[in-house]
Amino acid sequence: MATVTEVEAPPVAPKSADKPPKKRGRLVPYWLLLPGLLWLVVFFALPMVYQASTSVQTGSLEEGFKVTWHFQTYWNALSDYWPQFLRSVLYAGAATILCLVLGYPLAYLIAFRAGRWRNLIMILVIAPFFTSFLIRTLAWKTILADGGPVVGALNSLHVLDVTNWLGFTAGDRVLATPLAVVCGLTYNFLPFMVLPLYTSLERIDGRLHEAAGDLYARPITTFRKVTFPLSMPGVVSGTLLTFIPASGDYVNADLLGSTDTRMVGNVIQTQFLRILDYPTAAALSFILMAAILIMVTLYIRKSGTEDLV
Amino acid sequence: MTNENSGDVRLSGISKTYGSFTAVHPLDLTVPQGSFFALLGASGCGKTTTLRMIAGLEEPTSGVVSLGDQDVTNLPPYKRPVNTVFQSYALFPHLDIFENVAFGLRRRGIKSVKKQVEDMLDLVQLGEQARKKPHQLSGGQQQRVAVARALINHPKVLLLDEPLGALDLKLRRQMQLELKRIQTEVGITFIHVTHDQEEAMTMADTVAVMNAGRVEQLGAPADLYENPNTTFVANFLGTSNLIEAEVDSRSGDDIVLKAGGGKLVLPVARCSAPATTGGKVLVGVRPEKISLTHADDAGEIPAGRNRITGKIADSSFIGVSTQYVIDSAVCPEFEVYAQNIDRDSRLVPGADVVLHWSPAHTFGLDAAQDIDAGVETAEEEAA
Repeated sequence: MATVTEVEAPPVAPKSADKPPKKRGRLVPYWLLLPGLLWLVVFFALPMVYQASTSVQTGSLEEGFKVTWHFQTYWNALSDYWPQFLRSVLYAGAATILCLVLGYPLAYLIAFRAGRWRNLIMILVIAPFFTSFLIRTLAWKTILADGGPVVGALNSLHVLDVTNWLGFTAGDRVLATPLAVVCGLTYNFLPFMVLPLYTSLERIDGRLHEAAGDLYARPITTFRKVTFPLSMPGVVSGTLLTFIPASGDYVNADLLGSTDTRMVGNVIQTQFLRILDYPTAAALSFILMAAILIMVTLYIRKSGTEDLV
Repeated sequence: MTNENSGDVRLSGISKTYGSFTAVHPLDLTVPQGSFFALLGASGCGKTTTLRMIAGLEEPTSGVVSLGDQDVTNLPPYKRPVNTVFQSYALFPHLDIFENVAFGLRRRGIKSVKKQVEDMLDLVQLGEQARKKPHQLSGGQQQRVAVARALINHPKVLLLDEPLGALDLKLRRQMQLELKRIQTEVGITFIHVTHDQEEAMTMADTVAVMNAGRVEQLGAPADLYENPNTTFVANFLGTSNLIEAEVDSRSGDDIVLKAGGGKLVLPVARCSAPATTGGKVLVGVRPEKISLTHADDAGEIPAGRNRITGKIADSSFIGVSTQYVIDSAVCPEFEVYAQNIDRDSRLVPGADVVLHWSPAHTFGLDAAQDIDAGVETAEEEAA
């Protein structure tokens, strides 16, 4: 994420040519970089190369796979699984928007209004991480269980009629519908939205609010013209931290969804672990990565240049 | 642009308490339309709280704030015809200079702001910087943007909260004159909060000296300086030599006092304390009012002047004047500032001297007060 907002500074050049600093001192930055670099090479760069080569291999598990530069795999993957790609983007997008809608007021409250409750609320935001991701997602199965209190309430409030009409739910159940998957995604990634939002809101000088009020801005205008623009770095990093992992997620769709809500993550998982079609799985992974990179770049271009401070 | 008196600021019995701490004791204050008013005091004396209550950023615990004839006590800041220049400016970092200055106009729904903003930026000599962001400007330029951003709204009152605190000394002097010029030009009431007594005296028509949530004394700068009513004002505003003395007798318009074996004369009109014979009074005199004569020439001192003998403990040459510290029987650290016109080479540390000054330059204070009130705060603020 750091590469998105920050440019790495080049190593500082020695100040004067006639007095070179000691050799050891000059090498220190590189020594400090070494462990991280090694980690990245072994666990990121090499697997990437390996996956890239897998994606252009052909063969079968019995006969072994060979690199044949078979780029057709990419095309096949895309034409077979484009609905799952689309669904991933839609679900992740919906979850991101929901996270923003839910998370912004929460982050605002923690940053400006919580007072001595601030630390407690922060702990509550992070608390879910003390339990496993799987357990938490499974808990939503109970929460959204057929005939349970939540579904009952939604039903009697006629919310389900609306969501049925929109195609988010089916009949009188929420489980195994897109709504359930989006709910799970929203829940699981909410902290990733709240934390960066809080950080950027908390950094805003309170006197700017006073200054806006002093200059005839009503509280709502102060928010629109001062607070929100100044929190854009948090909005951008929060949405990225939510959208990127959510679009590759498969656990929520697996546990809370049905075969009709499969996301691209589910497809990759199945291809890798059940069908054992490694080239297709690798190709799908690269397509997903490229799609995310393109979307993120466009998004940052659009939101990043003018308003980011 | 405003009716007569409509820019008067009237505070009636306003106070502010935070839990058990009283920041401002019930305070009555009227700042007349068009004046340059300074609230002067050390940090924590309640001056900023008072200013924020006028701006509406702080709700008074009791009392009424009025602008002209309008009671604004319960109006939120965005409805008050008052603007503030904040300490360290609070410019909007995401907006350029032009938009910062236009902010108030736009919020009031004014569409064509270009001309006004450009004129205002010209007034503060920042026309060239309109499209820069605040962080690209120097401290002095940011300060002028803050002033322009507030002034463009033609407020009835402009509130300045230590606006020059973040600037270096030279720039501060320059901006003091600049602000004074702008105030004369636009004729708006300015209320200026500062801890710098020199700044308050340079700029303001009227200065209110605040201490521990109360106004100690209010008046024109020269008046406050020459006739302090309390030891706090005497020590906080410049330097005063205070001597504890006993009232000996009255002779016409003068009080004769005994101090350390000698006699001092104090005009009745300049004594703010009741002077009953046998009672105690603090006698004060400013360091620059005192003349210094070597003990050998004591005979040449004209009659009728107040005299004190002592020994020079220390002297420091600072160009236009020399500052002496005199050890005398009535006061261990008597300060004397002598203009460097004809320097007497005998006036070096260790020399016996006679200090003398005109009785007219003497003031009298109530001896029941702490003689050192305001000394430390003044030194802290100067540091």
